[in-house]
Amino acid sequence: MSRKRTAALLGNPNSGKSALFNALTGARQKIANYAGVTVERKAGRLVLPSGEPVELLDLPGSYSFDAASPDEAVTRDVVKGTFEGEAVPDVIILVLDAANLEQHLVFAQEVLELGRPTVVALNMVDLAERDGLTLDPAALSQALGVPVIPTVAVRRKGLAELTDAIAEAETHADEEAHTRWHVTLPERRLSAKHMARAAILSKSTRHTIENGVDRVLLNPWIGPFILFSLLFVVFQAVFAWATPFADALEGGVGVISQGVSDTLPEGLLRDFLTEGVLAGVGSVVVFLPQIIILFFFILVMEASGYMARAAFLMDRLMASVGLSGRSFIPLLSSFACAIPGIMATRSISDPKDRLTTILIAPLMTCSARLPVYAVVIAAVIPQTSVGLGVGLQGLVLFALYVAGIVGAMAVALVLRRTVTKGAASGFIMELPRYQLPRLKDLLIGLWQRAWVFLRRAGTIIFVATIALWVLLSFPKAEAGESQLDASFAGAIADTLHPVLAPVGFNREMSLAIVPAIAAREVAVSALATTYAVDAEDEELAAQGVTAQIAALWSLPTALAFLAWFVFAPQCLSTIAVARRETNGWKWPAVMVGYLFALAWLAAGATYWIAVSLGL
Amino acid sequence: MTLDALESGTAARIVAVDWPSLAEDEGKRLRALGVDEGADVAVIHRGVFGTRDPLALRLGNMTIAIRRVHAKAIEVEAA
Repeated sequence: MSRKRTAALLGNPNSGKSALFNALTGARQKIANYAGVTVERKAGRLVLPSGEPVELLDLPGSYSFDAASPDEAVTRDVVKGTFEGEAVPDVIILVLDAANLEQHLVFAQEVLELGRPTVVALNMVDLAERDGLTLDPAALSQALGVPVIPTVAVRRKGLAELTDAIAEAETHADEEAHTRWHVTLPERRLSAKHMARAAILSKSTRHTIENGVDRVLLNPWIGPFILFSLLFVVFQAVFAWATPFADALEGGVGVISQGVSDTLPEGLLRDFLTEGVLAGVGSVVVFLPQIIILFFFILVMEASGYMARAAFLMDRLMASVGLSGRSFIPLLSSFACAIPGIMATRSISDPKDRLTTILIAPLMTCSARLPVYAVVIAAVIPQTSVGLGVGLQGLVLFALYVAGIVGAMAVALVLRRTVTKGAASGFIMELPRYQLPRLKDLLIGLWQRAWVFLRRAGTIIFVATIALWVLLSFPKAEAGESQLDASFAGAIADTLHPVLAPVGFNREMSLAIVPAIAAREVAVSALATTYAVDAEDEELAAQGVTAQIAALWSLPTALAFLAWFVFAPQCLSTIAVARRETNGWKWPAVMVGYLFALAWLAAGATYWIAVSLGL
Repeated sequence: MTLDALESGTAARIVAVDWPSLAEDEGKRLRALGVDEGADVAVIHRGVFGTRDPLALRLGNMTIAIRRVHAKAIEVEAA
């Protein structure tokens, strides 16, 4: 056989597909987008007992091929072979939740109707046992006419048997499947009931833990309190836990920078490495620990099943601005990064809901803003406690996040009454069963996010930093003249400064926000590079960007800069994703325009109030 | 009685759904999740204080969130 075999995981949402995918492929997986659409495409390599590699695809979870969301449309098109650029999978691995057979067998019949070679993974049999079910896989296999393998992805149970079954699956289609499984939905539901009954050997009525836990977490009074407390802890943790790691990384960058200074002779190359590359990229890389901590919490909330509860609790609030709880999930993941957030809006079926969510996603404080906030807060906000173990710095950070949320809600309200006017949208979603997040899945998820961040640091930020260093370093200043004044960058800053001076920005800040459009965290590296190139005070320069801001910026100016970045024009990748998702330049243009206006007004209001208060 | 008036924790059966009153997508989605004539259902949680919207339903082995407006379109009888 010349072509590599392919297999695809298919099943209802919350059937444990992704855990199975991680268990089968381990670290041999990559995330990309489907060509032309931004539904996440997860593919990995599975090795059969014979040593033959198989490309395994994790398709978005679906309730039906009668698609109601773009995610489900992709799944349908890929398995039916109508998705351009994607080969029809040779084998379908249909994942069923053993504890929820009656429901999952409805979609299973739709899949079997395709007549593709299929293997069933009867997943999460341990949870089914926990609920008091004893299952008969052989009976289910007979009813479905395909192999059924009981699996527990978490404990790697049944994986060898599953790979064997994949290896043995014939690569020709079952011609009779269509006639056998082509029935109406009520008939399908009835036969699902019969098949589920036949497969369940015994059923003891044990209470599921869901009800008890939900009684607390979904309690109308306690539930929201727990949710907001949790979010507050997350943001405190992002600030407090990361400090030792960030300090260590910063120290490491300092050591390397010193080493380069000592080794290389004075000149352009040394300046380029220390002032450009190390001051720039180094100042961004130190935020890796904070980003990992933030993603850790988001991944845990998703894997445990709590995220859907959060959506449930937030639905009422979201409805008040014309959205639904469904928008809460993309918006929360936008706190890590707006790009996956905007991509996650694909699960929102209402087009106006979806468009509104896309337009406000950049207002959620993404992790790229964290470096900017962290540096400025560390420089100008005193490290005092306001009681109960809550630090003032953490509180300011929390306030910035809240400002983003409030801004987003206000914008949503305005959008829903103007450009995205339409009927109130619905909220229908499954609340999955609670599960302990698995360490391995978490680590894989964290590694992928960290890698994306480091790749950004290594590409966009690296290039932007170098371009800025060049603009700052040439032409060379005459004796007695400041390098910033003489450089090309100085000329750019002078052009922009009149627009930004009213809101309290100095020239370095006006300059820093230009490359920050490429990626927000570049603002920090831009300031670091600007101050490093322009340093008149060698000692201050050596202390890094935080010390320089503390010494050179007034408090109102620093606060205005923070306010700017709450609304700041989003990074280029976000604009690109918004363009792809909305099929044109109209909506990204609206987005960029309103964000610029809001950023300027917010920075101005902050500055003017701070000055009039005498700060 | 419509589903939104059903007391929490009481078992009921769906006797009719006013499909035309629902948006096409919403109807499809509800049907895919098993909300249909004949299904056994119970309201197990209600949302935040005040409006008590949305509702969490127990449907077979699943928990599903829907809004009151959907629940109003679903006619139930005690099971």
